[in-house]
Amino acid sequence: MTDLLSPDVERLLLDATTSRSRRVKNRLASIWMVGALLVALVPLALVIGYVLFKGIGQLSLAWFTEDLPTITRKAGGGMGPAIAGTLLITFVAALMAIPLGILGAIYLHEYGGKGRTARLIRFMADVMTGVPSIVMGLFVYTVWTLTFGLNGFGGSLALGCLMLPIIIRTTEEMLRLVPDELRQASYALGNRKWRTILTVVLPAAFGGITSGVMIAIARAAGETAPLVFTIGAARNLNLNIFDGPMTALSVQIFGNAQTPFEAAQARAWGAALTLVGIVFAMTILARVVSSRVARRHSA
Amino acid sequence: MTLLLSNDGVAPHGGGDASSLLEPTSGRRGDSAFKAVALIAGLAVLAILGLIAYSTTKEAWPAFKQEGLGFITSSTWIPAENKFGALAFIYGTVLSSLVALVLAVPVSLGIALYANEAAPRRLRKPVVYVMDLLAAIPSVVYGLWGIIVLAPAIQPVYKSISGAVGDIPVLGWFFNGESGRSYMTAGIILAIMITPIITSLSREVIATVPSAQREAAYGMGATRWEMIRAAVLPWSRGGIVGSVMLGLGRAMGETIAVALVIGSQAKITTHLFDAGDSMAAVIVNQFGEASGTHRAALIGLGVVLFGVTIIVNVSARGIVSRFDRRSQGA
Repeated sequence: MTDLLSPDVERLLLDATTSRSRRVKNRLASIWMVGALLVALVPLALVIGYVLFKGIGQLSLAWFTEDLPTITRKAGGGMGPAIAGTLLITFVAALMAIPLGILGAIYLHEYGGKGRTARLIRFMADVMTGVPSIVMGLFVYTVWTLTFGLNGFGGSLALGCLMLPIIIRTTEEMLRLVPDELRQASYALGNRKWRTILTVVLPAAFGGITSGVMIAIARAAGETAPLVFTIGAARNLNLNIFDGPMTALSVQIFGNAQTPFEAAQARAWGAALTLVGIVFAMTILARVVSSRVARRHSA
Repeated sequence: MTLLLSNDGVAPHGGGDASSLLEPTSGRRGDSAFKAVALIAGLAVLAILGLIAYSTTKEAWPAFKQEGLGFITSSTWIPAENKFGALAFIYGTVLSSLVALVLAVPVSLGIALYANEAAPRRLRKPVVYVMDLLAAIPSVVYGLWGIIVLAPAIQPVYKSISGAVGDIPVLGWFFNGESGRSYMTAGIILAIMITPIITSLSREVIATVPSAQREAAYGMGATRWEMIRAAVLPWSRGGIVGSVMLGLGRAMGETIAVALVIGSQAKITTHLFDAGDSMAAVIVNQFGEASGTHRAALIGLGVVLFGVTIIVNVSARGIVSRFDRRSQGA
């Protein structure tokens, strides 16, 4: 929008027409903006660098398949139960949150519109995205763990509650992008509204919804606080999320980071690399999906 | 109930309800069933929020009853003596979040302005990607880096700063102490975590500034900075304030990273380089061995945290939506 002139021409014009103090202020502002970006890049590079270099040595076949070692301070064993736990707990959470979130978004955009109920739900969904994850953990502890004990499903419930508002809001944004002409064409063919939504509107928004859902899943997979009180601590592989404690990558990072033992800290770095790998893969995939959709729309 | 029925007369947002013209009333059963299911899914949000408030307050009640107002006005927290005053933790939450804001706001605003106003066109998308990556890193990974790398590395820096200015009034009140795990370290880690949030929200707001405003400023001979001050910032001030508050809410609720680097000592001090503690950090650190009133008190901290973040979020959303309406009306 503002790139009407090439930078060189802009500079020349600026020098010729503006006083020195105004030029200096403009310069300082530019330095501030570029500097801010550089300042933000430093921690990103450092964190990713450390995770990569300290974590890569841990990865091996045993890392992905073996149980956790029985003695924390000694090396050996693997992260198998934690990797399985993270994937399983997040998957079950997504299974609950995705249909609920998409249906909720359908209500908001296709039925509620600007009505009072829809406005209230929309506002509360926004507020719900701000609820700290530890509060979700305490909540699930009070309604699930106190009755049913420590198990993976408690973790899924907490993560599902965190994903729900994100899915609702991003899905609603995507439904908004579906042109009304599509709906009207479907009505003209005699389709009822619910069929129109399921067979025309949702497929048209599929790419965008998928990308939003994957962002929500990636966010949830990295959560720690809601899992600490709800899933317990297991060292062995447990694939039954309704029975007995489980563990997860984030919980392992948290636990091992607090120990003074080198082997445990190394395990924390390895778990961090594995977790960041999973989360980045999902985020980048979501980007690819959404940019492909955007290309199709603009074409 | 009136709430639920109130929008029946409103035409649906997404196209007219044309099917009603084609079919007599009997054919609409599928439609109303589907609408009901969708409505129930939407109401789940309200139900969950209500249930959070109810069930956590219920579990925390023994501690609230025992301590009364002292729960938030006393700073004596000794589980062994059955005393639970959370003031020091509330103070720690507020202080670490404020430090994070002071560090994060100039950086976030600078990046947002750079990405929207100053960066060459081909750099704008990569800037957004980088912010996305920063946001995607789980908080526990920042915590791990903070406790193992940052805290030991920054401790000598704290020591020399507090040695240099520790005796000077005003500066010495804040830049004092020499603990690697401290309010300051927690603030730095939080700042890294909320920067992408504030950046992306304020970027969206800045993007709504009409080009006519920018061109008018340029047409008057303004430099880029003068254009930003005259056209961009006044237009987007409300939205920027809102996004900063959303960042504040996020910082206050952040648990794991803070628990790892804040040092875990209940202490009310202005010394930024001293160890402290925050509500969320205390919950996660003490919950494992807590029972009875102690556990109720920890859940009570969660209730306070929930209340505070709700207030911060609602006012932030209020500011943002008022701003939205204005910019749509203009």
